[in-house]
Amino acid sequence: MSSPLSGNEAVAYAMKQINPDVMGAFPITPSTEIPEYFAQYVANGEVDTEYVTVESEHSSMSVCIAAQAAGARAISATSSCGLALMYELLYVAASCRLPITLACVNRALSGPININHDYSDSMGARDSGWIQIYAENNQEAYDNFIMAMPVGEIPSVRLPVMTCMDGFITSHAVENIELLETDAVRRFIGEYRPENYLLKKENPLAVGPYDVSPYYMEHKVLEAEAMKAAKARILEVAAEFEKISGRHYGLFEEYKMEDAELVLVLIGSTAGTAKAAVDKLREDGVKAGLVKIRVFRPFPGEELARALAGTRAVAVMDKSEGFSANGGPLFAETRSALYDLKERPYTIDIVYGLGGRDIRVEDFEKIFSRLANIAQTGEIGPVYTHMGQRSKEETV
Amino acid sequence: MSNVYNLKREVEKPVRFTGGHRLCAGCGAGVVVAGVLRALDKEDRAVVVNATSCLEVSTFMYPYTAYMDSYIHSAFENSAATCAGVEAAYNALKRRGKVEGTVKFITFAGDGGTYDIGFQSLSGAMERGHDMVYVCYDNEAYMNTGIQRSSSTPRFARTTTTPIGSVQPGKKQNKKDLTEILVAHNIPYIAQTAPIGNFRDLHTKSHNAIYTEGPCFLNVLAPCPRGWDYPMARLAQIIQLAVDTCVWPLYEVEAGVWRLTYIPKKKLPVEDFLRPQGRFRHMFQKGNEWMIEEAQAYVDQKWERLLERTGA
Repeated sequence: MSSPLSGNEAVAYAMKQINPDVMGAFPITPSTEIPEYFAQYVANGEVDTEYVTVESEHSSMSVCIAAQAAGARAISATSSCGLALMYELLYVAASCRLPITLACVNRALSGPININHDYSDSMGARDSGWIQIYAENNQEAYDNFIMAMPVGEIPSVRLPVMTCMDGFITSHAVENIELLETDAVRRFIGEYRPENYLLKKENPLAVGPYDVSPYYMEHKVLEAEAMKAAKARILEVAAEFEKISGRHYGLFEEYKMEDAELVLVLIGSTAGTAKAAVDKLREDGVKAGLVKIRVFRPFPGEELARALAGTRAVAVMDKSEGFSANGGPLFAETRSALYDLKERPYTIDIVYGLGGRDIRVEDFEKIFSRLANIAQTGEIGPVYTHMGQRSKEETV
Repeated sequence: MSNVYNLKREVEKPVRFTGGHRLCAGCGAGVVVAGVLRALDKEDRAVVVNATSCLEVSTFMYPYTAYMDSYIHSAFENSAATCAGVEAAYNALKRRGKVEGTVKFITFAGDGGTYDIGFQSLSGAMERGHDMVYVCYDNEAYMNTGIQRSSSTPRFARTTTTPIGSVQPGKKQNKKDLTEILVAHNIPYIAQTAPIGNFRDLHTKSHNAIYTEGPCFLNVLAPCPRGWDYPMARLAQIIQLAVDTCVWPLYEVEAGVWRLTYIPKKKLPVEDFLRPQGRFRHMFQKGNEWMIEEAQAYVDQKWERLLERTGA
């Protein structure tokens, strides 16, 4: 069935179909609609979830951690400063190996306060041990949320999953999307059957110890191994999902990459605009292509290197700054992934769209033009630049 | 079974908080936890929630736990929300027929984790009405990090962040009255207690809190030999003096009705409580008599107000 839904409503609808045990709910723009829609489902008796309207995102994640440890399936939604307030607990959730599912509607972090889209919130949480899956559009936001639990809950992974979509651009724009039947969703998700949990009668459980040096590192290595195992699991779940939906998902999407020489690497809804630019350039005979990263954690480094092998110049598009003085987070991962290639493409980083600043097809044409120049001359110029600043001449 | 409290019978119940933990000798926290958990009916299960604290690092050091019941520690400032999350899961799973029997939810946090950093989480959980008990074991400073002042630290006390100097007489502010703040939440049951004598007061209030539906709060005095600077063997005596000087009155508020549960036969001067503790030693130096006078005046004023409220 095809329905016109905003990204927020699509994710809320997926939540309704899943009917989780517990939801921690706290409002923050632009994710607020998710707990609003869900509250109405609760009020209408369409779900029987324990809906906990906490006093902060910190408590929201705390409730999720405790509920999941107690043996329940717990979810939440947040954005920006809300995710930042959860920061300490994101690590607790992952290290306790609790497969909570969080809908992150990406928004710039303060300060200055800004309610529009960039990835500074979830990129700040990239080392927290959460799986991160990003959506380009409403359909992907819906699909990713449904795939999250089978990915996170499998014993070889047992990690929390953050499904991300672009604030306002995806969360508020209405698109026609294909919804699955609720029965199909429930069958796909299955029952949550953890091996050990707080409320298990036969075997009391203690969670969250003071972990001393002789043990701490072993636990962290197990967590790291789980993140590695998640990659195969994400693909396995995507294959199963394709059977019920007909929609194909990988770790990233390759667009016109078969013979591409000049390539963009980016995340999220920007891909829509960038694809239009690629199409336009292809008409002019430019061998343009793009890779849209879907899974940022675990980072598909080897797979991405294979996809970019044989290209000549790559522009990594970072929609968060990172303040490393060495390029944004996507650039750091991508350039590192390329290092092991014998023949590496030239690689530049373009930080764009901070705080929701638009990027247009013409902007991508300029970027491709620069990539063409780099490929031809071998002169990279500045490796790391900011695009679209009002005070400056456009230099890409 | 008779409802009359009998310590011998109570201590014969299977132990829920075992020995072998690493709390200091002379620490009040372990006595409080053992006393509260003993008030659980034998057949009931519990999930114990703990804020980061001395108690947490001493009773659940991987791979050893001192708790026979399920237990969760998440962070310092979120123990009330954590307890709320377990309770929410219980409600959901119970509704779906996935959990059997009665399970009770009991949180332990120190005064730092309750009066200060965990205050928002506590207030939120109490307002939402989760069926849980929140126990503050109040040792009047951040002891786990090495004796720093909290909003529970009494005026004039020496801590590492309120040292005694030529221009500063220890802590400048009076202790926050958290129990009264909890009363303002209009929750079903609030009590201030301490492990004195045969532990009847602590036991009865713990049982009331555990078996009253809805959010209940216990504030329990739990002295710290390191932070308060007393010989470890004097724990019980220090608590008794806190109660008999009316520094720590024992009372409860049930459905909005205030009730004193202990009136000292003879109200002792506050200096009897202060003298055995190193944290107040400077108050007994020549020229500092005013400190004891002001401390006495503050205790008297609070006590009079409590007598009015309880109609005692």
